[in-house]
Amino acid sequence: MDNNRKTFANKNLWAGILLGFGFVAFIDEAVFHQLLHWHHFYDKSTTEMGLVSDGLFHAFSFFATIGSSFMLADLHRRNAFWLKRWAAGIFLGAGTFQLYDGIIQHKLMELHQIRYGVNILPYDLVWNVLAALLIGIGILLLISKQKSFVKEEVDAHR
Amino acid sequence: MHIDNHTHSHVSNDILVQIILAFPFILLLVIYLHAVYILNQHKRKWPIHRPVLWTIGILSAVVTVNGPLADLAHINFTAHMFGHILLGMLAPLLLALAAPMTLILRTLPVTASRSMIKVLGSKSIRVLSNPIITSLLNVGGLWLLYTTDLFVMMHEYSLVYLLVHLHIFMAGYFFTISFIYIDPIAHRTSFVFRSIVLLLALTAHSILSKYIYSHPPKGVSAVEAELGAKIMYYGGDVIEIVLVFIICQQWFKNSRPKVKESKQEVYL
Repeated sequence: MDNNRKTFANKNLWAGILLGFGFVAFIDEAVFHQLLHWHHFYDKSTTEMGLVSDGLFHAFSFFATIGSSFMLADLHRRNAFWLKRWAAGIFLGAGTFQLYDGIIQHKLMELHQIRYGVNILPYDLVWNVLAALLIGIGILLLISKQKSFVKEEVDAHR
Repeated sequence: MHIDNHTHSHVSNDILVQIILAFPFILLLVIYLHAVYILNQHKRKWPIHRPVLWTIGILSAVVTVNGPLADLAHINFTAHMFGHILLGMLAPLLLALAAPMTLILRTLPVTASRSMIKVLGSKSIRVLSNPIITSLLNVGGLWLLYTTDLFVMMHEYSLVYLLVHLHIFMAGYFFTISFIYIDPIAHRTSFVFRSIVLLLALTAHSILSKYIYSHPPKGVSAVEAELGAKIMYYGGDVIEIVLVFIICQQWFKNSRPKVKESKQEVYL
């Protein structure tokens, strides 16, 4: 038996999504909060919803990173790892979280801005366009995966 | 923050409170090490890492309630918050990892062990090992402490100080053992259920730290509250990451595919 990846197709995708999610949250914390000090720990304009959302996503980010690593180990242990589908998940998870952070948390909930004391528009544009790009790559990977999946199925029936 | 430093009687009172708080921990250390000694006499080896974890856990609790850090915590919110991480998070985690109930059950005579198991299976323990209840006791208790006058009262009345600190430790311990299963526990809950409750509890913890940042407790300056809040937020993260790692690792071990087990044994 070569592998069980089709049985665990969704698990591969989810392991990727959660990891992408945790990865972006880690970059956000390490680069923008700690290294560049662009983001603020707390902003006076933060709404209550913003505080709740921030707390939830903060806890979820390291839960997702650790959980998805064990999921990955589980997939390997079951001989069910599917690189393309897992990678598609990473891009989807990373892009979705970045877009959520950029639009909902930064703009609607006014948690904090990307950077202070500058014209914020180019920063917001780069942030959100990058997020859309990540999602785009994720979707492309997912579709190309399905094409190769169909091809494999056809080959198998020949 | 200068709530305290009134009179000399207050100071001697503080020393008494410090001794009362440290005593049970020292007693627990003696009992644990004694039990390990008895067990090893009977040639049933107890893993060495456990008494080490137990000792470090006891020490982190004791330095919080007794000595210079405890003195400083009265007048300095940053020190108070550091102590809160040690007493309410680190000590409970280390003590839980040292598997004290397993040790006691192995050391006690069979009849005593049996009645002990009965107690562990009782209704009150069932309540105390429910993750939702322990989360409410733990994080809910903290919300109460930092957003009400309880914080000021804690520094004025020795009894309140004593009870609050006992609560922080006990709630932290029951919280820890309701999520990670090191010792035998009668009322287990599913991994998904525990994960969701833990996620919410950790969320409430980080929200509270940011709330303290913007709303300092009475008598605490803005500068101290900001630093204390960051210690609570990031210091909490360190312990929480360990907790999440263990809960996921336990899932990983328990969900091992059945078919492969025989194959793995061949390799071993």
